[in-house]
Amino acid sequence: MNNTMYPIAVIGVIAVVTWALRAFPFLLFGNRPLPKVIRYLGKALPPAIMTVLVIYCLRDTSFSQSPFGIPELAACALVVILQVARKNMYLSIIAGTVCYMILIRVM
Amino acid sequence: MKELRFAVKNTIPIFFTYLFIGIAFGILMSDAGYSVLLTTASSFFIFAGSMQLVMVPMMTSGATLLSLAVMAFFVNARHIFYGIGFIEKFRRMGWRYPYMILTLTDETYSVLCSVKYDEGLDEDKAAFLIAMLDHFYWVFGCFIGACAGRFFQFDMRGIEFSATAFFLVVVVNQWRQYRTRLPFLTAAVCALGFYLLLGKEYFLIPTLVSCLAALLFLRKPVEQQEGTTDE
Repeated sequence: MNNTMYPIAVIGVIAVVTWALRAFPFLLFGNRPLPKVIRYLGKALPPAIMTVLVIYCLRDTSFSQSPFGIPELAACALVVILQVARKNMYLSIIAGTVCYMILIRVM
Repeated sequence: MKELRFAVKNTIPIFFTYLFIGIAFGILMSDAGYSVLLTTASSFFIFAGSMQLVMVPMMTSGATLLSLAVMAFFVNARHIFYGIGFIEKFRRMGWRYPYMILTLTDETYSVLCSVKYDEGLDEDKAAFLIAMLDHFYWVFGCFIGACAGRFFQFDMRGIEFSATAFFLVVVVNQWRQYRTRLPFLTAAVCALGFYLLLGKEYFLIPTLVSCLAALLFLRKPVEQQEGTTDE
């Protein structure tokens, strides 16, 4: 494959795979009425998925070597505390991110 | 237009996340010698941050299309689970239906999961604008990175934590919104278990599959605690 076609083919292949994955549940159920169990999963899965995503985002944290995951844990704790106390999404995200960016530089 | 204002307000955290990660991707692409057009097109069509970042070194080393397809499958397989909660909502959205499906990223998914629509708002329109804005932020960030990467000399290390913080905020909100704790506990137990068992590279998909299985198994108690045994 020549040099101009290769990147275009790569983008096409990745896009098609990604789209197919996103479309899979929709294609599976088409226009039929949803089974009750899928409706149940639609309600029960989101909190589980979001919890998994948070843990997934933290997967590169190293607890065995300095700084022992302290920046991640401290920033996460700050986000949770602020969100519980102030219920302001912007404040929680900005304060948590700034806290993390400072801690990874000083620790 | 109140729907647009609402959508902007609810996607501000995504704006920052996508802008910075997009810039990082754009810089990576331009350093690897790919054109601005190619970078922007890849962001427009693929719209999946982590896979695009993985794509760059694979592309420069001339990986086969098959290995890229397999990689894309594993990196993005989590997206299979996102549609499950949105089938009925998206179906109602008419011509916007395919767009909503194809742009369902981690971030758009989490906004749509957590958003509280104001009274009198056209919900479908607002959801569509949320998806479109997120898509736009991503393409815009990548474009900026590809064009002007050299001018971004300041050290933005750690900015990616804004995505983690956003997901965590969604979990806190859901924790308040749901009466049952089982989905959260199931997820934490499965994720930590598979993380310890399989390591950080491979734990995601087994975790999601086992969460799905466990929640099917726990259907009775979850519905009892939630008090919504199918109306």
